[in-house]
Amino acid sequence: MTDTTSGVRMTPATKLYLYVSLSLVAALVLVPLLTTALGGFKSLGDLRVNPFGLPKAWVWSNYTDILFGDRYWRQMGNSLLIAVVTVFLTVVVSAMAAFTFAHVKFFGSGQLMNYFLIGLMFPVATAILPLFIRIRDLGLLDSYWGVILPQVAFGLGMSILLFRNYFRNLPEELFQAAFVDGCGYIRFFWYVSLPLSRPIVATVSIVCFVNSWNSYILPLIMLNTETKYPWPLGIMVYRGEFGTEWQLVLAFITLTILPTIIVFFLAQKHIIAGLTAGAVKS
Amino acid sequence: MTDLTATGVAGSVTASRTVTYKSPTSRGRLPVLILFLPPALLLFTLFVILPMGEAAWYSLYRWNGYGTPTEFVGIRNFTVLFNNGAFSQALINNGLIIVISLLLQIPLAIWLAMMLANKITGVVAFRLIFFLPYVLADVAAGLIWRFVYDGDYGLFAAIAGFFGVATPYVLADRDLAIYAVLAVIVWKYFGFHMMLYIAGLQAVDRSVLEAAEIDGATGWQKFRYVTLPLLSSTVRLSVFFAIIGSLQLFDLVMPLTGGGPSNSTQTMVTFLYTYGVTRMQVGLGSAVGVVLFVICVTLAFGYKRIFMRHD
Repeated sequence: MTDTTSGVRMTPATKLYLYVSLSLVAALVLVPLLTTALGGFKSLGDLRVNPFGLPKAWVWSNYTDILFGDRYWRQMGNSLLIAVVTVFLTVVVSAMAAFTFAHVKFFGSGQLMNYFLIGLMFPVATAILPLFIRIRDLGLLDSYWGVILPQVAFGLGMSILLFRNYFRNLPEELFQAAFVDGCGYIRFFWYVSLPLSRPIVATVSIVCFVNSWNSYILPLIMLNTETKYPWPLGIMVYRGEFGTEWQLVLAFITLTILPTIIVFFLAQKHIIAGLTAGAVKS
Repeated sequence: MTDLTATGVAGSVTASRTVTYKSPTSRGRLPVLILFLPPALLLFTLFVILPMGEAAWYSLYRWNGYGTPTEFVGIRNFTVLFNNGAFSQALINNGLIIVISLLLQIPLAIWLAMMLANKITGVVAFRLIFFLPYVLADVAAGLIWRFVYDGDYGLFAAIAGFFGVATPYVLADRDLAIYAVLAVIVWKYFGFHMMLYIAGLQAVDRSVLEAAEIDGATGWQKFRYVTLPLLSSTVRLSVFFAIIGSLQLFDLVMPLTGGGPSNSTQTMVTFLYTYGVTRMQVGLGSAVGVVLFVICVTLAFGYKRIFMRHD
């Protein structure tokens, strides 16, 4: 096992061992991703004889055809729209509810909080069939709302918990000072709690956005029209259509995960903190 | 805050100023409750609680989803379920995923976290690379690995060609496919667990380790008797996530195998989708949901009570 304490005086052998092991694991992570990206530049024949290396001839048309078509952009747009509305609604609705749990004393407050915590215990898949029937009966099937509303509802448990814990830890003095000055709850929520809660708003937003952006099972069940598909569904349809023309599928995969990778590298600190904190604190 | 005080006093509160200091919570409570609670309550009840209750109800019927359920069959859906080979396979696979996670993924994550605790150049880069698969969508990861495993075009074909052996079609082999899926799960999620351990390691008190070192503990002893016990709450957390993740696994399996070949890679949720949703057997699908729900709730309560009571 590696020595974590004596980082100062490390023998060259330990150092070598560390770098070799770490690089090996890094290679296991990166090779599939890089071959996917490079594979998108190959012709099918090239791919067949040479899946690892650089393309013999760089076939840019695989990528440009997708980029100049509207299919890719439409799917990205759909995903973005669904994710943005989901995040906005989740943050607003859960912050409001959490505020009442943190600051307003009322009968049954504890029980009601526990009621929301039930939502943390099971995944959306458990209730997917009744959910489908409910959405159908509400006439929301094949609409963005049919995906957004269940997503918001299933995100509430975690978000309310995170918001409530954060609101409760705001200094009590703020609250008293504001009330002495005649500030009401709603005003306090809007002018004091929310502006002070940017870190937790960020955490909740990141978790909800990533969940929604990557979500597959809900859109799969709720949407029927291909023009409304978010990208995880679209990519599966694309793969179904182009079957074994892997070079096109690989180019499409690369382009769809590219935004995620770029945003991840730009905001890695916040994303890692948000995703792990979001999971741990709930 | 200044504009707040200026506008706030203008209301009808002048008389109650001294009173409100004692109980600021009694005034204006009703409007905030009426405004702030119902949206969350409504959404949550309508789309989380009621569907779960309905799943329990529908699971006692044979129903194709149209009209109202009338054909009451009692617990037949559940007996059908537990006598179904594909569902048993799904349960076994879910268990297998948990076992692999405990035996392979978590030790791997701890090992990497320990290595990354060293102050060497490039730590941040490695950490980023290892976390990268976790932020990718399961569907994308599944498709990428479907290519990797592809017997005609993929990396496996190339590797087999290099060694001059017959190309294995891993995902089409009913004995191998589940292991191929398991490898992808480890690839996708070890970075998340590693991050948990990195955070856990940062909380470990250095002086305890130094004391052990002075007492002549070897690297392994320090790890086994000092670091690991101090990480125990992180381990429990990480195991908990592995179990929950296994129970809801779906997105990753669909692009890889879709549960096949011959149901060998079904999980509970892919089973629910294949047999409940696509065939519109609402009763049977809801029964799977109920089983999943019972397992999740039992685990959540049991695990918290037994293993996490000190945290």
